[in-house]
Amino acid sequence: MKPFRYERASSPTAAAAAAAASNGAKFIAGGTNLLDLMKLQIEAPVHLIDINGLALDRIEATPEGGLHIGALVRNTDLAADERVRRDYPLLSRALLAGASGQLRNKATTAGNLLQRTRCPYFYDTNMPCNKRMPGSGCSALEGFSRSLAVIGGSEACIATNPSDMAVAMRVLDAAIATVKPDGTTRAIAIADFHRLPGDTPHMETILTSGELITGVTLPKPVGGTHIYRKVRDRASYAFALISVGAIVQKDGTGRVALGGVAHKPWRVEAAEAEMPRGAKAVAARLLADANPTKDNAFKLKLVERTLGSVMTEAKG
Amino acid sequence: MSHRIEPGVNRRQLLLSTTACAALIAEPRLSWAQASSAEAPVTAPVSLIVNGKAHDLTLDTRTTLLDALREHLHLSGTKKGCDHGQCGACTVIVDGRRINSCLTLAVMHQNSEVTTIEGLGSPSGMHPMQAAFVKYDGYQCGYCTPGQVCSAVAVIEEIRAGIPSHVTDDLATPPRPTRLEMRERMSGNICRCGAYSNIADAMAEVAGVPA
Repeated sequence: MKPFRYERASSPTAAAAAAAASNGAKFIAGGTNLLDLMKLQIEAPVHLIDINGLALDRIEATPEGGLHIGALVRNTDLAADERVRRDYPLLSRALLAGASGQLRNKATTAGNLLQRTRCPYFYDTNMPCNKRMPGSGCSALEGFSRSLAVIGGSEACIATNPSDMAVAMRVLDAAIATVKPDGTTRAIAIADFHRLPGDTPHMETILTSGELITGVTLPKPVGGTHIYRKVRDRASYAFALISVGAIVQKDGTGRVALGGVAHKPWRVEAAEAEMPRGAKAVAARLLADANPTKDNAFKLKLVERTLGSVMTEAKG
Repeated sequence: MSHRIEPGVNRRQLLLSTTACAALIAEPRLSWAQASSAEAPVTAPVSLIVNGKAHDLTLDTRTTLLDALREHLHLSGTKKGCDHGQCGACTVIVDGRRINSCLTLAVMHQNSEVTTIEGLGSPSGMHPMQAAFVKYDGYQCGYCTPGQVCSAVAVIEEIRAGIPSHVTDDLATPPRPTRLEMRERMSGNICRCGAYSNIADAMAEVAGVPA
């Protein structure tokens, strides 16, 4: 790990200002992803701004009938919250499908949204990777790509977003609240938050310099049957090959998003119109522009079948 | 240097001599890294309460909680396995929650209350979970055991506190301490010897689950 200065932030705006003022600064909250990457020198911040002391650890009802989740709410606490379990069980299920108990106790809501890909070439510092070292090339295109993206990728990058939580939040139409160094705030629809890789795969979100996530707002609950189905190589504590997050209403309409297939949670609203016609039709629309590799083409069939299983389960 | 195991040399002594050897090899690179002033280590003070005892430390900001416990407080019961949060050998209980001590910085834990395996019990006064691990043979080499025990103790508390898991059928009702629940919740603790079924037996006894 490279040496770094360390400070404890006194307020969200002060944290944002400190981050913008120092080239190579990073916020640290749970640290479960950042420290892993710092040990490998994939991340090498010169300045760490510890935001754990900020009062961003509460879950509160909003006037609109939704919930506002503080940036520092731990994954364990979010999954266990009574209101989340009752009104947004998809979110609880997605969180509980991710990581281990130890990691969920530390990992935060904002950190989960910002976690980096687990593409093996991003982690292997001996190999070219445009995300880790812009312009060095992508080792995955001609390499082992079984776990990687089948849609939305580019000639520069086919990494996937590893988050389960973000898939549920995409289905739930969450909005991400931020504060900028000058104190201005904004709400970013989760659909717009993560970027596709294009030719700048090192830029993963639309956050600007120093901008700090302060929380995530969920709109009022939409009811329906909530299912998060994660398919992985072992039954627990593994990243998704693919995952399906769905809310299905009694009349067969609903919403669906996929994890493990793209650089961001993958949702195509137009595909949801096909839900009454069954999984095959939905999957075809969701993955219409898919461009899989030889190694990960199986994901297309896996999505269709997992979606079929989810929709059957939802019918009861 | 020969690493032939001599009669009377125990595993700890052998490990210590091996570590010393590795440190000698690493020395030139360390000096090289320190030659650059841009990369000079930064230190910061931190106060930790470990197993009920307060400690004031001044640490390199890079020091993980795990290294603070092992190298600075000499509580070597907590083990370093992968050092990347994948194996669970470093599991300790901080402010009532189990975490991977390798994936958090000591300086982030000002005034935190840390419980390590040394704080759970001792050879003459074992924690019920330690006693159950002995009774059911919940280990072979023992390296992952401190993390397994800390995790197991916390898992039973998590179920009691009503925290759901991936295998909880109904999110609307509190989880019960079934074997399935405990196995799922222990997936962050890896055991190369494969003592899993015995660990599950030990946990089941402590949780009062019928065989």
